[in-house]
Amino acid sequence: MLTSGQATESAPMKRQIPVTALCAVLAAGLFAPLLTGASALGFWLEVLLGGLMAGVLYSLVALGFVLIFKASGVFNFAQGAMVLFAALTVARLAERMPLWLAILLAIAIMVVLAILIERLVLRPLVGQEAVALLMATLGLSYFLDGFGQTLWGSDIYSIDLGIAREPVMILDTVVQGGILINRDDVAAAVVAVLLVGTLALFFQKTATGRALRAVADDHQAAQSIGIPLNRIWVIVWSVAGVTAIVAGVIWGGKLGVQFSISQVALKALPVVILGGFTSVPGAIIGGLIIGVGEKMAEVFLGPPMVKAFDLAGGGIENWFAYVLALLFLLVRPEGLFGERHIDRV
Amino acid sequence: MRREAGEVALAIEGVSLAFGGVNALSDVSFDVRSHEVRAIIGPNGAGKSSMLNVINGVYHPQKGTIKLRANGGWREFHDMKPHDAAVMGIARTFQNIALFKGMSVLDNLMTGRNLRMHSGILAQALRIGPAEREEIEHRETVERIIDFLEIQAYRKTPVGRLPYGLQKRVDLGRALASEPQMLLLDEPMAGMNLEEKQDMCRFILDANDQLGTTIVLIEHDMSVVMDISDRVVVLDYGRKIADGMPDEVRANQAVVDAYLGASH
Repeated sequence: MLTSGQATESAPMKRQIPVTALCAVLAAGLFAPLLTGASALGFWLEVLLGGLMAGVLYSLVALGFVLIFKASGVFNFAQGAMVLFAALTVARLAERMPLWLAILLAIAIMVVLAILIERLVLRPLVGQEAVALLMATLGLSYFLDGFGQTLWGSDIYSIDLGIAREPVMILDTVVQGGILINRDDVAAAVVAVLLVGTLALFFQKTATGRALRAVADDHQAAQSIGIPLNRIWVIVWSVAGVTAIVAGVIWGGKLGVQFSISQVALKALPVVILGGFTSVPGAIIGGLIIGVGEKMAEVFLGPPMVKAFDLAGGGIENWFAYVLALLFLLVRPEGLFGERHIDRV
Repeated sequence: MRREAGEVALAIEGVSLAFGGVNALSDVSFDVRSHEVRAIIGPNGAGKSSMLNVINGVYHPQKGTIKLRANGGWREFHDMKPHDAAVMGIARTFQNIALFKGMSVLDNLMTGRNLRMHSGILAQALRIGPAEREEIEHRETVERIIDFLEIQAYRKTPVGRLPYGLQKRVDLGRALASEPQMLLLDEPMAGMNLEEKQDMCRFILDANDQLGTTIVLIEHDMSVVMDISDRVVVLDYGRKIADGMPDEVRANQAVVDAYLGASH
């Protein structure tokens, strides 16, 4: 027999209350600086945009997580390391050839990496406990961090995207003083939207995409109709590799390619907890919420807190995402868009 | 008029399967002829589902072989994988429905065509001519199955939202979509009301009759089994205790004992 939320009418409504309350508090916090007059509209919009830009990057890394988790049930701790590896690869290759060629070559390298991971890590461990696979990806993450530096060097490298550095002024007729916005940020957002759109089309409209969704839904049934799991794994790890390249190039182009990318990319963890481990839209919206949330908190919550409690400094940006994820875990363990578990009892 | 059963298409020879110390199957042998409806029956825990899982390559028996007729010759398997079974033209349905719940009925059936799709991933993504044509051809086959199973109205509905009886029908549809030589049905009527059972019987017999699909099924409803099966094999505690025409099996003392729990 099934116990589900639909059994009683009021249960799902009641469940929504804490989540709705939490979202309401977040929304109130978002608009508070404006309403209390603590910030001018122009500055607030700049912070908002900055947060959205950071959020796009989190979303891209989280997308890689979700794809792999859905298709293989593997919690891929190495996604951040893959971003660093991809960024390093593109940065160093681009020193020797045009950027577009470097990116194409990097895609090929990520596909080879996906094939190797499937053969050497996933295939031998299939059917083992989830913890074994988690440990394997943890090992993989350190290997990629180290091997990337062995291969390409450990200095800080730059990726020149060929976009002019100076920011442009927009909306100067609407908002007093206008809003300064970086061209590369705009380019990044456009590329990210294109990537997500392409992936969505690929998943919904092609036979391979259909097979991927089938595997994500039910491994056993997918195998019984002859969908080869091994090939599907190679495909999702390749796709995750491509999202890592996009995230790595955007990130590296902005801040330079360095080891910290691997660490910052771990911010995707709170993102997937917030959005739901199995939801692609969840990864994207979760990334944007975290990106905006931590920027807003850093700028508008930090200074008053420091003043009120006589603290040493800000640094809210570093932990805000994790606290937010924890709050969501408490009220909605499956995440905003995750699938609820319905257990047979 | 039913098709005549042909030559032996599947031979199970001396199959033994154990999980740890528990013997699920002990030295079981039987065969399945092409175009026949073959039932596997037995009390709970007799090893019926295990047997199906062996034929389907999910479980690997410690002893024995599975022989399948292919292109006039035989292929022997000791360590078959589900993928091998699918390639050999064996499709199956599941006792507790293993459909892709988030996907539409149409998409679920289209996944059944997966093995017959040959265009590359890039061709699909770019919608190059042959890939597009292939998709349309497969879509036509799937539409025929949708008509056959009378589920036209639910084409675009996510499977998870359909009532149980219809989900069972979609499960059958996905298996049929691969145009299998042999169809393994694990309790296709479980949990159904009389009307749904009659519909399901009709679909199974029609598939057998019109498409010539060989059917191997597990079922608890004895009246159904005796009605639609050509031959019945009976398992009890992982051993074969009877094998024959429905009437012979019904009259067999060992079978009666197994079901009524007589002391051995």
